[in-house]
Amino acid sequence: MSRLWHWSRRCSLVLSRQNSTLASRLNSITDADALHFAKVLSSPTSILSILPSISTPPEELDIYNNDWMGKYRGKSTTVLKPKTTQEVSEIVKWCNDRRIGIVPQGGNTGLVGGSVPLRDEVILSLSNMTQVRSFDPISGILVADAGCILQSLTDYVAPHNHIMPLDLGAKGSCQIGGNVSTNAGGLRLLRYGSLHGSVLGLEVVLPDGTILDQLTTLRKDNTGYDLKQLFIGAEGTLGIITGVSILTPPAPQASNNVILALPRFENVLPLYKTVKRQLSEILSAFEFIDRTAYDLAVKHGQGRALSEEDVKGAECFVLVETSGGRREHDEEKLNNLLESLLEADEPLINTGVMAQNPAQFSSLWALREGVTEAVSKEGKAYKYDISVPLSTFKECVDLTRERLRSKGLLNEAQVKAVIGYGHVGDGNLHLNVIAKAYTPEIQDALEPFVYELHPTEAQYLLSTASEL
Amino acid sequence: MRPSPARLLNILVPVKRAVDYAVKIRVNPQQTGVDLNVKHSMNPFDEIAVEEAVRIRERLPKGSEPINITALTIGPPKSIETLRTALAMGADTAIHVEIPESAPAPEPLGVAKAIRAIIEKHKDKEGVDMVILGKQSIDDDLGQTGQMIAGLLGWGQATYASKIDLNLEQKNAVVTREIDGGLEQVRVKFPMIITTDLRLNEPRYASLPNIMKAKKKPVTKLTPADLGVSFEPQMEILKVTEPPKRVGGAKVESVDELVEKLKAAGFNAV
Repeated sequence: MSRLWHWSRRCSLVLSRQNSTLASRLNSITDADALHFAKVLSSPTSILSILPSISTPPEELDIYNNDWMGKYRGKSTTVLKPKTTQEVSEIVKWCNDRRIGIVPQGGNTGLVGGSVPLRDEVILSLSNMTQVRSFDPISGILVADAGCILQSLTDYVAPHNHIMPLDLGAKGSCQIGGNVSTNAGGLRLLRYGSLHGSVLGLEVVLPDGTILDQLTTLRKDNTGYDLKQLFIGAEGTLGIITGVSILTPPAPQASNNVILALPRFENVLPLYKTVKRQLSEILSAFEFIDRTAYDLAVKHGQGRALSEEDVKGAECFVLVETSGGRREHDEEKLNNLLESLLEADEPLINTGVMAQNPAQFSSLWALREGVTEAVSKEGKAYKYDISVPLSTFKECVDLTRERLRSKGLLNEAQVKAVIGYGHVGDGNLHLNVIAKAYTPEIQDALEPFVYELHPTEAQYLLSTASEL
Repeated sequence: MRPSPARLLNILVPVKRAVDYAVKIRVNPQQTGVDLNVKHSMNPFDEIAVEEAVRIRERLPKGSEPINITALTIGPPKSIETLRTALAMGADTAIHVEIPESAPAPEPLGVAKAIRAIIEKHKDKEGVDMVILGKQSIDDDLGQTGQMIAGLLGWGQATYASKIDLNLEQKNAVVTREIDGGLEQVRVKFPMIITTDLRLNEPRYASLPNIMKAKKKPVTKLTPADLGVSFEPQMEILKVTEPPKRVGGAKVESVDELVEKLKAAGFNAV
């Protein structure tokens, strides 16, 4: 799914804004349409349009038209922000009848240009649909509007001692509808599984405006076809998600984290095996960042750095998080693991640090979660979010770096760095190429190279943009 | 007892186990305090004190006599974890003055008297040259303990320290203090009391080898009776309430309306 989408997106970009066959069969929104929407939508803040009848200042549409990285820029004239599912349905029906293109948009935090228009399609933003519809503290089942921000939902269930089953760096801005539409993974997938498992039901507006209400609060429901699975990850191409029913797990009573410094990348997998075995059910995250990614995060002040002594000779770092029901039990397991790692005949790690309080816990996480922001501050990023066999992470990064070096592009003026970081536990690597500026030269060197990486041993099964 | 370059420097670092600063505190139903059934950790200013003691050791020229850093806490059995953290950061030994779980938190005067008793006990051995502790704890914000210790012992004090420059030969330290309106420098002789302020340093992460080593470092257990002190509260807390909730403001349509509302509320032009 993602790969098809990404291919069609690349095609339209490569053809440098000439009308692709798809786009040319769509109509643009007219002033009459805008007037109609202004009447139909309940609030004047629900429509922004540079068309004459509404005359919103053009700058106000920028945050909707442009992606988070400033790499992809759409040319939409109109943003609609319905407040109810019924309004969404009416918009979709109207546009369907007139073949007006729509781009559904949540938090616009995606990093592969999937949330902004290609040309002047209408942006249908879910940002005004922010109600929590219900929460059952016994089962943990939460029903919410698609426009609810992930962090807000986390805050909502926290007093009930529950947490959201997913967590990602964009949590302060991303919306649950967008998370579901893109089948977002994130930092907790290792422990709580993917949205294909934790989403119990969806309310979706189909392309003809029909409202498909499959919102259920049943934990197990085997009646009929499990249609929601089609919409999870469909990126808004099969329908617009307007409501989500999701299972929230109990909040851990105890959380700990450590950052381990590894002398060699080759130690990551054996380390993962050991950690999995010894920590067992309390392991909740296993994240990898290579040395360059760590240095960047520190350089841009994302979190407090480890001491010079601790990072000496480290080729990469692993962040391990534990979450469990009893602090003493978890600490015992964690201490045993760390002792066995340090006292092994051939230690897999150089050293590591452990958070002693919640402030340090957040700071260690910030070193990992802040890599994305550090990358944006360092330069313009080409982001490839790929699923590869674990053993080949480093090779992917090295091969990409080599490719750029061989094309003479690896220098301060062009590509400043190639880094890798990601969810080792899920086999998901974030490959980032940080350039001074986006140029066709760099783009050509990278694509389709990255999609066709053939490492020495294994054939890659790339599922690009596996999270975004 | 004064240190000379060829002797050990003995640093005592009192630390307190307090409600973690990130916790959302709630007043308890009896309105006598806050709900204490929440995460606790080392008082952040005390963490800075431990860090400074360790840095003092690291700043010593190579080949100097080693210094001894003793962490001290007065608290229930669980406070031992706070000592382990201090040991993991680099303290050498620790003292735990244990009080019952149900006992009220010790007050600054009680703590100061206990610390005096401990220092007097040490006099027979090598003595304590410096006591470095947080300027205040984040649960009661009283900010008195350091000053009281100095008063009871008759030692010099440099409080709200944001920079410490030791001069072991001259047996003194130049300390930069944070005060209203800026910074002040004082010179204080050994033995001294220093209380730490936020900008003194940023505490390190505890590294794994040190965490492992900390488990084997000695912790001396003492009771209030051993020290001849009592932690009987001198203060009685009458009531604890949350601050009044903020009421929402109102939006006005024009400057005239604003002026009208201000006048109605009793504000007049001067």
